Amino acid sequence: MTKRRHNAAFAGASAFALLTVVLLTFGVLSVRSVRASVATGRTGERLEYASPIELLFSPNGSRLYVLCQESAQVRVLDAKSFVPIKNIAVGAVPRGFSLSPEGDRLFVANSWDDTLSVIDTKLLEVTATWPVGAEPSGVVEDRGGKHLFVANRISNDVAVLDAQTGAEEKRLAAGRGASYITASPDGSKLYVTHVYPNATAHRTAPASEITVIDTSRAVVVDRITLPYVAHGFHVAFSPDGRLGVAANLHPKNLVPLAHLEHGGAFADTLTLFGADVGKPVELPLDELERYAVRPFGIAVTPDKTKMFITCGGSELVTVVDVPRLIRFARAHPGTSAQDMSASANYVVGRIAVGHDPRGVALTRDGSKLLVANRLEDTISVIDVKSNRVASTIALLGPNKMSVLRHGEQTFYEAKHSFQGQIGCANCHIDSTFDGLQWDLEPDGFGRDVVDNRPIEAVKGTEPFKWNGGNPNLPTECGPRTEKYFWRAENYDNLTLTDLVLYVRSLPPRPNRWRSPGGELTPTQERGHALFVRSVDKFGNAIPETNRCVFCHSGSQGTNQQSFDVGTQKTTDNAGVLDTPQLTNIAITGPYLHDGSAPTLEQIWTVFNLEDKHGRTNDLTKDELNDLIEYLRTR
Amino acid sequence: MKVIVTIALMATLLGTAGRSAGQVNAVPPRVHHATAAVAKTSLPAMPRFRFENFTSANGLPDDHVFSVLVDGNRIWAGTENGLGLYENHQWKTFTTKDGLAHRAVLSLALDKRTGDVWAGTMGGLSRISGGRIDTYTQMNSGLSNDVVYGVSVESENVWVATAAGASKLDLRSGQWSLYNERNTPMAEIWVYGVSATPTKVYYAVWGSGVLEYDQKKKLWDKYDDPDGETEMVLFKDQGLIHEITTSLSYVDNILWVATYFGNSRYDGRYWHNFLTKDSGLPSNFTNVIKGVDANRAWFGTDKGLAYYDGVNWAVYRPSLSTGKPEMTIRDVKGKISSVAVSTAPAHNYVLGIDFQGSDIWVATAKGLSHGIHQP
Repeated sequence: MTKRRHNAAFAGASAFALLTVVLLTFGVLSVRSVRASVATGRTGERLEYASPIELLFSPNGSRLYVLCQESAQVRVLDAKSFVPIKNIAVGAVPRGFSLSPEGDRLFVANSWDDTLSVIDTKLLEVTATWPVGAEPSGVVEDRGGKHLFVANRISNDVAVLDAQTGAEEKRLAAGRGASYITASPDGSKLYVTHVYPNATAHRTAPASEITVIDTSRAVVVDRITLPYVAHGFHVAFSPDGRLGVAANLHPKNLVPLAHLEHGGAFADTLTLFGADVGKPVELPLDELERYAVRPFGIAVTPDKTKMFITCGGSELVTVVDVPRLIRFARAHPGTSAQDMSASANYVVGRIAVGHDPRGVALTRDGSKLLVANRLEDTISVIDVKSNRVASTIALLGPNKMSVLRHGEQTFYEAKHSFQGQIGCANCHIDSTFDGLQWDLEPDGFGRDVVDNRPIEAVKGTEPFKWNGGNPNLPTECGPRTEKYFWRAENYDNLTLTDLVLYVRSLPPRPNRWRSPGGELTPTQERGHALFVRSVDKFGNAIPETNRCVFCHSGSQGTNQQSFDVGTQKTTDNAGVLDTPQLTNIAITGPYLHDGSAPTLEQIWTVFNLEDKHGRTNDLTKDELNDLIEYLRTR
Repeated sequence: MKVIVTIALMATLLGTAGRSAGQVNAVPPRVHHATAAVAKTSLPAMPRFRFENFTSANGLPDDHVFSVLVDGNRIWAGTENGLGLYENHQWKTFTTKDGLAHRAVLSLALDKRTGDVWAGTMGGLSRISGGRIDTYTQMNSGLSNDVVYGVSVESENVWVATAAGASKLDLRSGQWSLYNERNTPMAEIWVYGVSATPTKVYYAVWGSGVLEYDQKKKLWDKYDDPDGETEMVLFKDQGLIHEITTSLSYVDNILWVATYFGNSRYDGRYWHNFLTKDSGLPSNFTNVIKGVDANRAWFGTDKGLAYYDGVNWAVYRPSLSTGKPEMTIRDVKGKISSVAVSTAPAHNYVLGIDFQGSDIWVATAKGLSHGIHQP
């Protein structure tokens, strides 16, 4: 998607927000919400916040580079005074950045533009914009300046580019949702983490990986398996290179989520690897009633005594004693993720910071840790010695709180759930999906397992839930979430309204299989003809309700009705299911209500033997491939 | 022109007409036993090897080896019971428990850019990348059929030969393209082998000759035996030797083709065919062919391993009569000499060939052989 389209999507969302405010004003929705909204001064305007997500110091420590996701900028600050030096516009939704080894170039991965911005750090200007893979999220240049490695979240690979020309040489197969890249201290290896789990057998524990790349040969040489981990974020190393640490989310999706009060739905963990620990060890950061929700950024002090981990949902920085951590890991191989008493052995501090803390940067002398508070437009400066916030730097931006911003904060914070264990963003990673199937209801283990549907562009796709039980988002995000998931008090009306408006504002990410002009390739055209056909290959009329286009109608690909498409399993309470939207269906697998179809093909090759999920058994393999190529454009 | 055709026809009728291409000469060639001194002075300089043979007794997953692939110092062996990896003098076996599509690994290909290995099996296509195995089947992907006889990688494309047509996976977009009787000149859909390059892609179609895809023009073409589906060879060098093609290798703009009834070399304009009766081939029944360059190629037959250097031939095998190691050399004049050797490939039924520098690895029906080049 171009930035213009991106902005247009936000503009549309904003217009909707205004419309909703109007509706609220005229009593169409909750009057109490209106009063709360007016009373608390939230504005329905669309405000452009900075949303700092990653931080970098220049090699000499004089400048601080701040990657701002919402304003699509790199903001350059004086590292001592934090006075702004320059704002540099980059591509849409930048997600990761890094400096060249010499510090003369800054590379920015623009995730919704599928490009890389190259910034000359002397000129402080973008000197090149290079195309890369689908949803680039992290970038690193090798020490020799030969190659750039770019992690592509949607194409699940790492693009290898000529570092001087930007010409793409090849793609390396990574795991699903490749997003963050970290070089080992000696630069010989790269470690890539992933925000979505790799494919595993249905109803088995998820697993992710750290893809290890040899920088000299630019090939994948190893994959560190992360059992039970579904979502991986940043990796950091001790300066001696003997200890690697990855921040993870470890879901417990095989047991009912409604059992939150019985032991938690997630473990927030670190995976340790390297010579200090031998085989990888997974250790929790959580403690009973003190959770470290969604660990993201990590920094290890130069003297290897402390480690700091940002925990977005808990809005804090967890402090770990590194020698104690290593001792514990050596004594407890494998995983201690379920041991809520483990973290007391090595977690030595929890520092409250701003909303949704993400990226971190240590000063060269290791005395200060800077934390980017994404949903607060601030940077917390932590004194490493005392584990205290020494100061908070506000980035220039709106001084008002918008409805959407407040809704987004609510979406990402965990404080609304029982003991502050989870937030919406635990399952909707970066406001999307998680690639998992959840056992939500407390109706017995393994009953009514449901696949987590994406929440992009949900406006017009009501009702919600696979059984269509929730007629609208206020119900979905309100009573359902509050009671079933959070096991906590209700949101106040203002908060719920803002949350709903935020969710309804989420635009679809760009579709990578559809041409910018919308025209279809010959293959996609053939698939479209099958999608809309009314007669099968034997000349028989296909009943209207058995045509693809009947249920998957309209721009969202749903007629908002429920049907039995023959996919009910013995563990399901019912077989009549809401028609899911088709938005970006190419990337949202697994499929069907319970996620039992790992690929689009299997919807029909395995689960449509009776032609109840559309008439497809008359199709040849080529034709089924055509149909799928068309679906991927939706 | 008419005179030339008449002469050619007369020669053909007098020479080979009425004889099956699969038949060997009725009169066995005279074999000269070369002494070491003679070999130095008069025998063509053909490569000599000391063969080290691997079987399940020393770690190979299974003795029945369909395919072999060299990746630097790592050797991959596709066997009937798993994929073997030989590294640092040890065998490691990958099975369906590790994610392999099927225990029988028929074909192997290396993506030289990424180091990923692609394995065609009796139950789908697997990619082995950094120790992880991803599998594509006709049920979970756009692959046309699970019986994958051949696989070849060029650029971002994986070209696949299956029992029900050919397929291509575009690694960049994830899109599958299927090629069969509906969109190519393929008369049969039993596709046995594939050799892909950025310019041309060739498929060996069992019973339907050779299919060529021009990547630039995006056009298909087809090469058939001009003698049709008969086993007559009326016009020996006027086209592909036989419709039942099993393997091909496109190297230096030269296409080498193996069939069950002889082998062919095609330079884009002229065909040259190799039969036992007029070459050093030990058998016309050829499972695999691998070109070294435009002039040199290796042949895996049911009666041993053969090498052609553009002029001379060498055959490496256990003797058909005694089972003892044997190497013979046939020079340009057709004189066959025997060379004293103490080792030979594990078996005469050769299914796979790959090169490791000047060494050769050979997959056979009863073991994997490493031919260590002898200076």
